[in-house]
Formats: sequence, structure tokens, C-alpha cells
Amino acid sequence: MEILALLIPVSLILGLGGLAAFWWTLKRGQYDDPEGDGQRILRPDYDDRPKP
Amino acid sequence: MTDTAQPAASLSACPACVAAPSALERAAAAEAERGARIALSVPDAHCAACISTVEGDLERLPGVRSVRLNLTLRRVLVEADLDVTPAQVIAKLGELGYPAYELDPGQLSMTETDKQGRDLLMRLGVAGFSMMNIMLLSVAVWSGATDATRDLFHLVSAAIALPTVAFSGQPFFRKTWAGVKAGRLDMDFPISLAIVLASGISLYETLNGGHHAYFDAAVMLTFFLLAGRYLDFRTRAVARSAAQELAALEVPRAIRLTAEGEETVRVADLAVGEQVLVRPGGRIPVDGVVIAGTSELDRSLLTGETLPVFAGEGLVVNAGAVNLTGPLTLRVTAAGRDSSLSRMAELVAVAENARNKYTSLADKAARAYSPIVHIVSFTAFGVWMWLTGGDVRFAINISAATLIITCPCALGLAVPAVVTAASGKLFRAGLLIKSGSALERLAEVDTVVFDKTGTLTMGTPEPQNLDSLSASELAVGAALGAASSHPLAMALAQAARARGALPAVLEDVAEVPGHGVQATWNGQRVRLGRANWVGASALDVTATYLAIAGQTPRAITFADRLRPGAQEAVAAFQAQGKRVMLISGDVPGAVRALADRLGIADWQAEALPDDKAAVIETLQAQGRKVLMVGDGLNDTVALTAAHVSISPASALDAARVASDIVLLGTSLAPLPEAQRVSVKAVQRIRENFAISFGYNIIAVPIALVGLASPLIAALAMSVSSITVALNALRLK
Repeated sequence: MEILALLIPVSLILGLGGLAAFWWTLKRGQYDDPEGDGQRILRPDYDDRPKP
Repeated sequence: MTDTAQPAASLSACPACVAAPSALERAAAAEAERGARIALSVPDAHCAACISTVEGDLERLPGVRSVRLNLTLRRVLVEADLDVTPAQVIAKLGELGYPAYELDPGQLSMTETDKQGRDLLMRLGVAGFSMMNIMLLSVAVWSGATDATRDLFHLVSAAIALPTVAFSGQPFFRKTWAGVKAGRLDMDFPISLAIVLASGISLYETLNGGHHAYFDAAVMLTFFLLAGRYLDFRTRAVARSAAQELAALEVPRAIRLTAEGEETVRVADLAVGEQVLVRPGGRIPVDGVVIAGTSELDRSLLTGETLPVFAGEGLVVNAGAVNLTGPLTLRVTAAGRDSSLSRMAELVAVAENARNKYTSLADKAARAYSPIVHIVSFTAFGVWMWLTGGDVRFAINISAATLIITCPCALGLAVPAVVTAASGKLFRAGLLIKSGSALERLAEVDTVVFDKTGTLTMGTPEPQNLDSLSASELAVGAALGAASSHPLAMALAQAARARGALPAVLEDVAEVPGHGVQATWNGQRVRLGRANWVGASALDVTATYLAIAGQTPRAITFADRLRPGAQEAVAAFQAQGKRVMLISGDVPGAVRALADRLGIADWQAEALPDDKAAVIETLQAQGRKVLMVGDGLNDTVALTAAHVSISPASALDAARVASDIVLLGTSLAPLPEAQRVSVKAVQRIRENFAISFGYNIIAVPIALVGLASPLIAALAMSVSSITVALNALRLK
């Protein structure tokens, strides 16, 4: 059972990592145009350098 | 130039408005300080190729700095130099085959909506994260962790759940508090009570080494309900941003004539007795009397007449008409509250009040749900207090379990999930649902009333009898028509060009405002214009007259072009067994012709705005549910009075605001489909309520007898929510 002392914090840290990533994507406005972003990857226009 | 000066002024006047949340938007806003920011609605954009076309071609326009097309909102945002006008961008998009409409450049409300959406999404994300982690710990407890391990797991759960509930539950707590202060108990009260009670009891149990902790239930409840809230918000935000923020077609400015000369002022600043100049192409800003100048007025948006009327000295004119050919000087007779526009607005406000009394299915459910849940929960508390001889801890446990298990999650998702699915479907078909209950009201419709000009027709005339003209007449007509900005003349020139007729070479071309155009052709005088001016006898249909000296004048008759899909829409509504009516302000001849063409037996011509509303009120008094489709200022009262209303995106601002649904594309064909989808959607909403009710019938007795464990609560909650969401997705 001692392994729990390790596993619980690990699972929490991993979860918090996911939450931080979500927070970052939200702040960057990545949910503003899901449909457009899905279509944009099909174009070669900005393959070398993403559109600002 | 006033067009470009305005957004710049509003931006610099309010620097706080442009403070956007993300770094990306902040950079864009800083740039907008120096340039113009143009937002346009582009309903036809839908694919990867559209992105390339729109962004690539617009970026090549001189003065344009950057272009971003948002496919989700079907909106394009253009950063450009100050001298680029929205009209230029709209014209370019038109050439590319994308009709576009201007959005309000005041970005304040748009940013505000974005902020709210992100805020809700963040709370949802936090609740989701906590839910997963707590569930992990809870599964261990359910599968048999005991004693110290169980207590440790409960403690860790508490450490995650309590901050989460405090953060993510805020939208519910705030609404409950507002409700309590206002003295009413709505849906948010049992929700907040369940969340707080579940957290509180679980904390107490945890600290005292109890067996049951409901942290997972509290967080799951928050998560599912937030999901419902977010869906609801998204639907409304998308609709509002495109429909209500469409910029006003009429610029609220006027040119005032004073002793010193001309000055541009706000319409609100005009007073009775002052003089106003209206240039050709401008909209008349106030009610008044013509004191100088002759011209023709297009009153189609005010009255539904397709034919422009002559305007000369002494004519009384109403705000909203468009001046076509010559400059007019008006003396203001009514301004502000007394003008015909604001009287119309008052009528709309009265009709609006009547409509707001509609109770949506969600409201009905919430009204039935809240009291029942409270009564059941408090009764359970009382009964168990009595049975156990005063065991408060046990009684509160039962009471909380009842609150949690009554599936408010499924109820909270029942309507938003269906409405989101239905609005998404209708949005792809080119319809924007502006009001939450519009879908439900649309589903009940049994009578459809159409306006004529601009709704069933495009409002653009087409010449009908060009075949009867000789080649030389056509050539002269085309040349004369090209010299005028009168809609009939322009339509004639365009149709002649389309037939390949070369315009004749004319000399001394002159437009006589209010009458027509004249010129010299091969030494003869030629005229195109009103019947009495060219010396012809007037017909009772829309026509312009062409006279070549020495020949009999020829009448060129016009008919309004039918809106695409009008025929199909009318036929489909009739096939669905609905009563279809046509009410127009136009002359009987034109209305009858259109009614015959579309197969509408029920029509009425020369109807005033009040008449239209009266017809609709009579129908509704007979118990009929009326769908009104209209676009003009003369339709606004009828649009508001009707059970549900639709207006095309080309409609006047006031009409779009008054209607529940805005048609983004040109075609009317999606209307019957929308009605069918709304009927299906209401059916799904009812099914969802039935599902939630079914779960309650099984779950509540279990909770009441004290058999509900956190496992059963979690199962009931997630299974019912997922069933409801899946049922909503079945919408076809």
C-alpha cells in the first residue's frame, strides 16, 4: 500500500498538467474557431510558418 | 468617408473597449488603434477553399493589412487602413461569390461575449479535471477500500472537490443569490442546495470517518450542469453576435442646412422647423415636408410599394424612404419621439410585451421540478428524524442523497443539448436562431404569412417586354438607362447589356430629377422616364416609358424578380397542410400576379403596417399560431405580433431585431425544413424530460428508503445525462 503515497501525487500532478495545458489553449483562443482550424490544416499556405 | 471615420472614433474614444483577453487579440487591438477594423458576416463560407479564396483575395486589396476568416461564426475580420470602407470589402466579397453583411464595428459586446464564454469553459475544464481525479479515488473506495485508506482517499477527494466546487459552482451560486434576493426559487436553488449540501455532508463524514462521501456527486453535478449552461450560452452567443450586431443600414446622421452652410449632425439633435438636405442615394432621416428640389423616392421598405414615387415641393415624407434621383431639401416636421419611426418602435414594444409571456418548456419543467424536489427532500428529512428518533446526521444524509439523485443534470441538459443540435443544423442550412424559445414556437406554427417586396421577391425589378422593342429602341433605352441611378433605368440598362445590345451614342444627356433622363440621338430628342413627362398614357403596372421624337412612346414594363426558393417554400408549407397567406402594402395588380404565380389563394394588398398586425392578431385570436416572414419597416409590428417571425439578412435593421430567426442566405427554401427540424427538436426535448422523469421514478424511492450509496448516485447521474445528450444527437 505504500505505493499509494507515490501514485496519488503522480496522478494529481499529471491531471494538473492537463489542466494547465487546457488553460493555456483557452487563453490562446484555440477554441474560437474549431471548424476553421480543422479546415486550415488541409491547406499548404502556412506549412512553413503558421499565420500569426 | 463618415463610414471609416466612425469606427476609428469609437475605438479611440474607448480604449478600454479594445482590451481583449488574449495576447493575440491585444496585438490586433493595438493595431486597430491606427487602422480600421471591419467585421463582416459571411454566411456562405463553409470550406477550406473558402478560407484560401476569401483571405487570399482580400489581402490583395490595397490598404488591407490582415484578414482572418472564422468558419465557426462564418465571420471575417479585416484589419485595414482607415481609407478602406466596409462597402469596398463587401463589393470584393460579392465578386468572389460570397454575399456579406456588415457587423457592428464596436467590438465591445463581441469581446464581452468571448470573455463570458471563456470563463464558463474554464470552470467547465476545472470541474472536468476534478471529476476525473475524484472518480479515480472513488472507484477505489467503492471496490472495497476500508478504514485508514478510505479516510485518506476521502480526504484527498475533499482537497480537490472543495476548491473546485467553490470555483466552478459560482455561476449557480450567483444566480441563486440573485433569485433569493428577488424572492423567487428557480432551477438554480435546488442545484446550489444539492452541491453545497453534498459537499458539506461529505466533509463532515470524512472528518468523522464515515462510510459515504459524495464529493464525486457534487463535482459531477457541477460538471454536467456547466456543460448544459455552456451549450446554452454558445447557441445564444453565436446567434446574437451575427444577428443583433449587424450594423444599422441607416446611418443615424443627417446634413443640416444652416445660415453658414451644411453641417453633419446626429439625427437625434435635429429639431422641428430645421432644414435638412438629403442627397440622391441617401435615406430620409426624419419626417418632413419637401421645400426645394424634385426627385423620386423608393418607399419599398416603408410601405412595400415597388414603384418609386415622385417627390416635389410640398410633399410630406416619412423617415426611412430612400431618395433616388435629385437632392431634396426638407423642413423637419417631427423629430425624435414624435417621428413615424419611433411611433413604430412603440407599437413594436407593445407587441413584444405580449410575446414575452410565452413560457418555454424548460421554464415549465423548472417550475414543476423545484418545489417537488424541495418538498420530497424536506419530507424525507422530517420522516427520518421521526423514525430514527432524532438522528440528524442520518436524516440529512438521506435528504442530500435525494437532492443529488433527482437528476437535475439530465434536466439541465435536456433543453440545451437539443437546442444546440437543432441550431447547429439550422445554422448550416443558413438560419440563425436569435431567441431561445423560437424553436419551440416555430414547431407550433400552423399559418404562414409572407410579405411580398423584398421577402418573396428580391425587390429588384426586371424588364418584361424587351422583345417587343426594336434594336434601335433597345440601344437608346440602354444608353439612357445607364445615365440614371433610378432603379428601373438601371435594371433596363443591365438587361439590355445582358442581351448584348450596344448602347446608342447620345449627346447632351441630362437627368431631370423626378421625371427621367433626356438626350439627343441622331439630332432627335429622346426621353426615358415618367408617362406624363414623355407623353405616354400611364399603365397600372410598374413601367418606365421611352419616347423617341416622331415615334409613339413605348412602355417598358417591369416585374419584381422572385426570390430563389420562394416557389419551393410556399409549395412545401402548403404540402405540410399549413395555411399560407400573402399580405403586402403594394398595389392589388402586382400582389395578385405574384399570388397567382406562387399558388397562394389568400392574399391582401395595400395593407398598412397596422393592418398587417391586425390580420395577424385576428388569426391568433382564432387560436392559430402564425409565422410571419417579412423584411420591411412596415412589417416590424407584424413580425413582433406574430407567434414567431423570420426575416432575411437583407432586411432593414428594425425588422431583423423584431424577428426571432434571421435567414442568412438568399434562398427561402430552408424555411419548411427549419419548421420540420423544430418539430423534431421539441419532440426530442419532451423525450428528454420523459427520460429524466423515468430515472427519478426509480432513483428517488431508493434514496428515500436510505439505500442510495455514492455509487448509485454517480451511476444515475452519469447514465441519465449521457442518455439525454445522445437522444439530442439523434435529431435528424
